[in-house]
Amino acid sequence: MDFLRPGTWEEALAAKAEHPSAVPLAGGTDVMVEINFDHRRPEYLLDLNRIGDLYEWETGERDVRLGASVPYTRIMEHLRGPLPGLALAAHTVGSPQIRNRGSVGGNLGAASPAGDSHPALLAAGAEVEAESVRGTRLIPVERFYTGVKRNALEPDELIRAVRIRKADGPQQFAKVGTRNAMVIAVCAFGLALHPEARAVRTGIGSAAPTPLRARAAEEFLDAALAEGGFWDSGRDLPPSLARQFAELAAGACNPIDDVRGSARYRRHAVGVMARRTLGWAWDTYRGSERTTRCA
Amino acid sequence: MGTPRVPTGLPTDLPAGTGPARAGRAPGGIGESTLRPDGTLKVTGEFAYASDLWHEDMLWGHTLRSPHAHARIRSVDVSGALATPGVRAVLTHADLPAATRYGLEFADTPVLADGVVRYHGEPVALVAADHPETARRAAEKIAVDYEPLPVVTDEASALAPDAPVLHPGRTDGHAAHVPHPNVVHRQPVRHGDIAAARARADVIVTGDYEVGMQDQAFLGPESGLAVPAEDGGVDLYIATQWLHADLRQIAPVLGLPEEKVRMTLSGVGGAFGGREDLSMQAHACLLALRTGRPVKMVYNRFESFFGHVHRHPARLHYEHGATRDGKLTHMACRIVLDGGAYASSSPAVVGNAASLSAGPYVIDAVEAEALALYTNNPPCGAMRGFGAVQACFAYEAQMDRLAAALELDPVEFRQRNAMSQGAVLPTGQVVDSPAPVAELLRRVKAMPLPPERQWESAGGTADVRALPGGLSNTTHGEGVVRGVGYAVGIKNVGFSEGFDDYSTARVRLEVVGGQPVATVHTAMAEVGQGGVTVHAQIARTELGVTQVTLRPADTRVGSAGSTSASRQTYVTGGAVRHACEAVRERVLELGRARFGTYHPAWATAELVLEGGKVTTDGGEVLAGLAEVLEGEAVDVELEWRHRPTEPFDLVTGQGQGHVQYSFAAHRAVVEVDTELGLVKVVELACAQDVGKALNPLSVVGQIHGGTTQGLGLAVMEEIVVDPVTAKVRNPSFTDYLIPTILDTPTLPVDVLELADAHAPYGLRGVGEASTLSSTPAVVAAIRAATGLPLARVPVRPEHLTGT
Repeated sequence: MDFLRPGTWEEALAAKAEHPSAVPLAGGTDVMVEINFDHRRPEYLLDLNRIGDLYEWETGERDVRLGASVPYTRIMEHLRGPLPGLALAAHTVGSPQIRNRGSVGGNLGAASPAGDSHPALLAAGAEVEAESVRGTRLIPVERFYTGVKRNALEPDELIRAVRIRKADGPQQFAKVGTRNAMVIAVCAFGLALHPEARAVRTGIGSAAPTPLRARAAEEFLDAALAEGGFWDSGRDLPPSLARQFAELAAGACNPIDDVRGSARYRRHAVGVMARRTLGWAWDTYRGSERTTRCA
Repeated sequence: MGTPRVPTGLPTDLPAGTGPARAGRAPGGIGESTLRPDGTLKVTGEFAYASDLWHEDMLWGHTLRSPHAHARIRSVDVSGALATPGVRAVLTHADLPAATRYGLEFADTPVLADGVVRYHGEPVALVAADHPETARRAAEKIAVDYEPLPVVTDEASALAPDAPVLHPGRTDGHAAHVPHPNVVHRQPVRHGDIAAARARADVIVTGDYEVGMQDQAFLGPESGLAVPAEDGGVDLYIATQWLHADLRQIAPVLGLPEEKVRMTLSGVGGAFGGREDLSMQAHACLLALRTGRPVKMVYNRFESFFGHVHRHPARLHYEHGATRDGKLTHMACRIVLDGGAYASSSPAVVGNAASLSAGPYVIDAVEAEALALYTNNPPCGAMRGFGAVQACFAYEAQMDRLAAALELDPVEFRQRNAMSQGAVLPTGQVVDSPAPVAELLRRVKAMPLPPERQWESAGGTADVRALPGGLSNTTHGEGVVRGVGYAVGIKNVGFSEGFDDYSTARVRLEVVGGQPVATVHTAMAEVGQGGVTVHAQIARTELGVTQVTLRPADTRVGSAGSTSASRQTYVTGGAVRHACEAVRERVLELGRARFGTYHPAWATAELVLEGGKVTTDGGEVLAGLAEVLEGEAVDVELEWRHRPTEPFDLVTGQGQGHVQYSFAAHRAVVEVDTELGLVKVVELACAQDVGKALNPLSVVGQIHGGTTQGLGLAVMEEIVVDPVTAKVRNPSFTDYLIPTILDTPTLPVDVLELADAHAPYGLRGVGEASTLSSTPAVVAAIRAATGLPLARVPVRPEHLTGT
């Protein structure tokens, strides 16, 4: 195994072009585990830790451009305002040590259906900034996940940043694990209200081969909210509406039975989380005082 | 023999946390919470564990393990591995120099697979190389031709007419009396007239229960370093629970006399029963002797799950009856333990499960049977609670159901049937020391309950950390229901059924630089239990010295027995005290010879050693130890034994089988998210009788640890074995979950000290009792919150949501 240590982004792109099989390494919270468990033995490791740009972020008019290596801890500390859903998701990643090293870029690179940031990115709306010596392209996050642990990157591409829509409304994230901390998701759900667009977006994690949006649930809710004038009136959502949204969200799942949970449970839990997160987000939208201290 | 220190009375209502018996007489002596010498090092990451061992020129050993649960080995070709540069040796069964099998109770376990593998992960071949990665890669080049065989996975497949017999031609001591060769051991217990008692019952409750396979999950994986010696022997530095039991098994495998296998305890990162059996001990020694080089072996976490035995999964059928006034009439049970591929300590686990199957209750008529199966599942053996854990989960569930059927409070019902001192167990053994079962229940029930809706702050907002799911943000109070549950258990202390359960201690007293110094040398494995503080405390109390040096544990001193069965403070502590008493007698003899003519008290008074001096019981100083010893060292090595036990009758289960009993009760308070099936244990209160707390801080630590391990079994810990292939599905800390600090609730502990007159200082083994009742208390609380029957642990979200 060769260890490549580019000092600049350009050198990193050149190295990746020269060695397309090279596995990028930033925090190492995923790659090193796989190597230690002997699940993979890449020919080349491409260490991105010397590239300072990847640890920075810029908050623009519309987006936060989040460097691929920005650790979850920084997101929790500094980006709670513009990226509330992602900040909530960051809280649920591993342990403090893991959150100090792990990053959204790594989550995207690994493309595990259980990655904690995916539902939040899907709900907020995001584009992955993929770059190679050939140039830069923006990949909408819902088109980024192509299969279990597979993504839309070309072999010579690296993730430079993620452009995430700044929140214009309440966002929520919930994740089920079988212990109260430091646990891989059995399933997860992200929800974002976009009052400007009068749209609701969702993200489901760990309940299908890839992270995905519950499109039918979104469309149903968008229509129902518009039809009932809820965005303007800020009225309570009728329980039947939330229930139907939850059922559609559960229906979007295509889960498996595995050692972490049954397919039936995953579908059920996604429904419960969809109903609850919608309730919390809508309450916040209505200006209710019900917020969570730690959320 | 010196001053009697065993409490003579049997106080019944001592307050918790009483001080030393003779407060102030021996600073740092028994009854004080002296601090662990290894505590800070462990917390700061500086403690040297066995995995940190290093030797110049050492090689790294690696184990090739079976990918099948049951297969015949047609052939093994090691040529590819041997040809790998850097590889110094490859060993298979054909290369073994002497004995080819070992075992704790009987030698049924192949050192390396002998033509057949019987479980997923069984060692097949060994490689030594100059780098661990080289060894690992070379092992991959060993070509093993397996012919998969049908697997035995449960009682039905083990006892089926055409079941493969996993160990044909058994010659062990249980082979003659078991009903089927795939049964390791079976122990019935019969007591009273069950038919008559059943006829008296107004209510009868039957239930089937299941306990999943729990892992010890000690944090320091199996590791050791074997160094070949010039005399043809080997020095082994090793993390283990019992040096001399390892030695007894290793020496025949190496073809060496025991004196040529010298063992020294290395830093142990937890044990909980998982280090009772050999793991890499014999393997590393074989490779070292073959190569003539030091060989280190260290398992990673993945391999560790295959490298030690687990807690027996169990299926339990129970029937209890009671009269309308809430008195138990009878209990009938059948406990089937899955012993996996090799016997390990299954026979003793069976004995415990059978003899303790009735719990801490007085029951006139009992018809119990426990048995352990041979299957192709992972081998199971010792784990904290040792057969009593499984039974306690089932009988405590039964107690709640009986109480409900009788419309009685579950604590009240238990108290009406609780045993007390003088009670007769179903084995016919009389409980001849305090058994404060009703009092322990009273104490946990009397503790104030944590406030309702404790996640709500003043502003009506929710603190998700106090809710099921925690920061995963799954509920802000929706669907959350509180439940409260109780449980109590009984655990034996020490090795049982006639085992010669002795320990050895060597104590030396000498004057160094004008100060008397005691040196204590035992082979006790310090695995975290706190013997390192207790031995020094005993020496201070008995010899009146301040400075005590503990020698590293090794096989140059006699056996200390196992660090298990809650026995080390009792037995090796007893041995240290015994040796100290002999040292004191010798010191007093010397004093009488030297100074006896100067003061009549030498002949007439009770003399003690205190503050570095010989004094009378009244406190009059007769001489300093330095003067008495005059440069001489007093050095004594002695064995010490507790009261003997006897085997259980193989038909009736009658017999004085156990040494001592230990009791703990728990109250669990849980919040359950009933929609998502997630559980937050809010508080887990424990009351335990410890006889005498030699180190109160360590005692509370043991109770906290046992309670938390029981919580783990209740809600998350299980090795998942595929029912079809018998392969382990979650051998990692990613998927084998143990409680984090955020899963660990407030753990109030109420310690009783009701002396056992038969035990050193009146103490009661403390390490396991809290592990028993913790699990059923948590599950009872979840049942109370959800109304679900929940007959299996660990409880999963699927069980709570019907998905």
